[in-house]
Amino acid sequence: MSFISYLLNGLSLGSVYAIIALGYTMVYGIAKMLNFAHGDILMVGGYAAFIAFNSMGLPVVVAIPVSMVVCTLLGITIEKIAYKPLRKANSLSVLITAIGVSYLLQNLAQIIFTANPKSFSSFVGMKPLKLADGQLTISGETIVTIVTCVVIVVGLVTFINKTKAGQAMLAVSEDKGAATLMGVDVNGTISLTFAIGSALAAIGGILLCSAYPTLTPTTGAMPGIKAFVAAVLGGIGSIPGAFIGGIILGVLENLAKAYISSKLSDAIVFSVLIIVLLVKPTGILGKKIMEKV
Amino acid sequence: MNKVNAEKQKITRSNLITFGMVIIAYVIVEIMLKTGNISSLFKGLLVPLCIYSILAVSLNLVVGISGELSLGHAGFMCVGAFTSATWSMLMSGSAMPAGLRFFIAIVIGAVSAAFFGFIIGIPVLRLKGDYLAIVTLAFGEIIKNLVNALYFGIDARGAHFSLEDSMHLNMEGGDIIIKGAQGITGTPKNSNFTIGVVLLIVALFIVLNLINSRTGRAIMAIRDNRIAAESVGLNVTKFKLLAFTISAAIAGVGGVLYAHNLSSLQALPKNFGYNQSIMILVFVVMGGIGNIRGSVVAAVVLTVLPELLRGLSDYRMLIYAIVLILMMLFTSAPSWIQYRERILMSFKKNKTERKEKD
Amino acid sequence: MKRLLSVVLTGAMAVSLAACGSSGSGSAASTTAAASGEKTETAAAAASSDATWKFGSQGPLTGGAAVYGTAVVNGTKVAVDEINAAGGINGYQIEFQSADDEHDQEKAINAYNSLKDWGMQVLIGPTTSAPTIAVGSEAVNDNLFMITPSGSAVDCTKPANAFRVCFSDPAQGAKSAQYIGEHKLATKVAILYDSSDVYSSGIYESFVAEAANQGIEVVDTEQFTADSKTDFSTQLQKMQASGAELAFLPFYYTEAALVLKQADSMGFKPVFFGVDGMDGILDLDNFDTSLAEGLMLLTPFSADADDDATKNFVAKYKEAYGSTPIQFAADAYDAVYIVKAAAEAANLTPDKSVDEIGTALEEQMKSLKYDGITGAEMTWDDNGDVDKEPKAVVIKDGAYVSAE
Repeated sequence: MSFISYLLNGLSLGSVYAIIALGYTMVYGIAKMLNFAHGDILMVGGYAAFIAFNSMGLPVVVAIPVSMVVCTLLGITIEKIAYKPLRKANSLSVLITAIGVSYLLQNLAQIIFTANPKSFSSFVGMKPLKLADGQLTISGETIVTIVTCVVIVVGLVTFINKTKAGQAMLAVSEDKGAATLMGVDVNGTISLTFAIGSALAAIGGILLCSAYPTLTPTTGAMPGIKAFVAAVLGGIGSIPGAFIGGIILGVLENLAKAYISSKLSDAIVFSVLIIVLLVKPTGILGKKIMEKV
Repeated sequence: MNKVNAEKQKITRSNLITFGMVIIAYVIVEIMLKTGNISSLFKGLLVPLCIYSILAVSLNLVVGISGELSLGHAGFMCVGAFTSATWSMLMSGSAMPAGLRFFIAIVIGAVSAAFFGFIIGIPVLRLKGDYLAIVTLAFGEIIKNLVNALYFGIDARGAHFSLEDSMHLNMEGGDIIIKGAQGITGTPKNSNFTIGVVLLIVALFIVLNLINSRTGRAIMAIRDNRIAAESVGLNVTKFKLLAFTISAAIAGVGGVLYAHNLSSLQALPKNFGYNQSIMILVFVVMGGIGNIRGSVVAAVVLTVLPELLRGLSDYRMLIYAIVLILMMLFTSAPSWIQYRERILMSFKKNKTERKEKD
Repeated sequence: MKRLLSVVLTGAMAVSLAACGSSGSGSAASTTAAASGEKTETAAAAASSDATWKFGSQGPLTGGAAVYGTAVVNGTKVAVDEINAAGGINGYQIEFQSADDEHDQEKAINAYNSLKDWGMQVLIGPTTSAPTIAVGSEAVNDNLFMITPSGSAVDCTKPANAFRVCFSDPAQGAKSAQYIGEHKLATKVAILYDSSDVYSSGIYESFVAEAANQGIEVVDTEQFTADSKTDFSTQLQKMQASGAELAFLPFYYTEAALVLKQADSMGFKPVFFGVDGMDGILDLDNFDTSLAEGLMLLTPFSADADDDATKNFVAKYKEAYGSTPIQFAADAYDAVYIVKAAAEAANLTPDKSVDEIGTALEEQMKSLKYDGITGAEMTWDDNGDVDKEPKAVVIKDGAYVSAE
């Protein structure tokens, strides 16, 4: 019974990782860049929701869209100012500006909201579910997070495969030049990707803070890097891969804590990542990299 | 043949400029130190400047010359720091002269970091691009996590290790040297600016010579076109591993300097985590990928910059972030480069015209 | 392109070097001028208030630990302003400057040096343990008097010039175990601690060592690290399964808020027992205080205490910074007054050199007895460690109540 409950803890954490990883993976797929500021956009989403819900007293159904809009605008702005001018430059340059943006957001948040942690009220009103005579408790947050995550993955996959904008994304991620020739608005598509990725970060932030309710300017940093690991584990650029990677990472982290050592769980998780990548060098669902001669 | 010679001369000249730059900077600082014309802040920064320059040079060997993105360099630094500090603590009671002890500490730090670089390099270098980056990041984090959990003590019965806590060491008296998260305290302060500069010059010497050697050209050939390099019979794994191991060794030396510059050594996320690895990468990218001299300059500028911004108090790191973004845009964004060049052109029109006549 | 870049960067380096050099010579020049000025003046007018005390403070003001450094700096400011308004120390006003050390040993040295360049005579800091140890080994060369409000690791007070206001980690761990043993709170105890943190693992070790003497059985030990401190549910479940009656949580309130929430949602309700880092949990913005109901902690300070000194400090702090002070701020506030008391006892004036001030204050600390908001009748031993009694408090209806 305890195994099942460890597994559930893992699923809950994993699905938060998965939602954040989706943003990473989408941006990577299209712009071929590691957006290190993604975790910090999530933090901004958390603060936006906190202000809308706690300080302004807006209802949940309003606070969530507010937070998503804030993050979307932020994501598009960052892309336009800091990433777009570097699109044709060395890929490492844009990695460095992403780090710069990450510092910028963290320090800006600290100046605006101070370093004092905020206690986030859960957005999930659901009562915990008690199973097997109360031996097993599943919190409302866990259920909502997992369901949301699945809905988003299905929605994104449908969006990409069935809509014109989604197809444009695929085209841009395959070959920017060819996509331009085929009349795809490359800039618009990239902006759209950042918009969706950032909106997902807002949802990720709200769910993260609902399940683990402490909000500080550095809240996004560690989940951000973990989600990045999850995205790579699942095969970066692949949407189902990000989902699987996130879930595996969360479950693994909790099982390592439960059965091996809570002190060394980071080392164990990273070791598994390394082993997976050695066996499948492009992640679980990653595409094979073609070598150009 | 002449062309080759001319090329060689150019390289030698460029290398001499690099060494000359370091030596001139050293002489200027020494004069400032002797005349007392230097602030305590800057005096305290001298050794860190050497440390970060060494680390940037070392990482540039992997990123610039070998063409692999490594995000775990702080891990090698951590290995060098902890092994050498352990050695110095073990020997601190002995009659060994401090100079010799520190020399051996440097060797130990370099060798142990090289060993880790070699072991990690074997599997890692099979991967490519961002996957390689994430695996090196993972290794760096594993090293940090293990060091934080490691307890090491020595008593009459010999050495004791534990990954639990100091009670599990089962010590009978003796000294606990590494106390898990509490790390090592009381490392002798053996690093100084002169040693730092000497080590930086040694690191530069190794890396620049490697680049201009047969081996270095092989490494760069592999970077530029792996398949072509393979098809002319170059052993890709060997050369990549060589660059990676040397780089790790140099990073280890940086760690030795770090450990012997501060009296308390703990593996915090700030100093040995991925943040530090990324910071070193920022030096390399900002200084120009593959440009060794640039790495040193960028490491110095970006280490000094946040200290100069101290006057801005709360806004310090905010401004630093903005400067970082702007510097990157200014140096790398095609549209900014065009704009910049247009301005430069109008300034230096005469000069360029003269050059073109030659 | 590369060449241009290196030219630009070299230019930047030259400018920054020049800036460093000039700022150095500038401050050196001004201090000598000031010193020679003072010499002529001291004879003329001893009561001249031209000279001022220069107090520095440092701690993490940015990054993940910023909340602690900010508290220390703010607490120091409140005390400095209060003292200045009341006429200063021995008739001299205090100038105050703070520096950010980012909770990093190397940056801490930089912060210390920048304060030294400014002319600091006394350091109220650093805030966290690792930087305190690093700065201590530098400051001892200058014999600059430093009193850390909150650097709790044993080695923080190793140098002769270093003192502290808070308990040392072993003292806290041992005192917690003694308290639990003496009051028979529990025999089966589970511990959760941050294994990547100096403070937390230090307390853990001394707690376990003392627990054996108190007949406490440690039934489960769980850890977390700085890199995975969002999800505690698995650790809590194991603690629950171990049948522990009391959970010892030697870490800061920021993480504790998450632990309490997660324990609550899984129905794990032992006696929770915290240490001084737990103080502040009730004042977390928007925190559901019912989660902390019954939480016990040993703390030398509680913002709810109804003595006048505490009330005055809390009111002033709230007015200036809009939040309730945590223990770090209170320690820093006391630290400034401790320096004041020692300086007054030694009849010190700020025109003395750093070394003279340091020697005089160190001498006074041996015999000083001080009543502050973080403890009554504080005295200091030869190591520079404070001797004071922690108060055990328990949280009832969202407020601290004395546990006695």
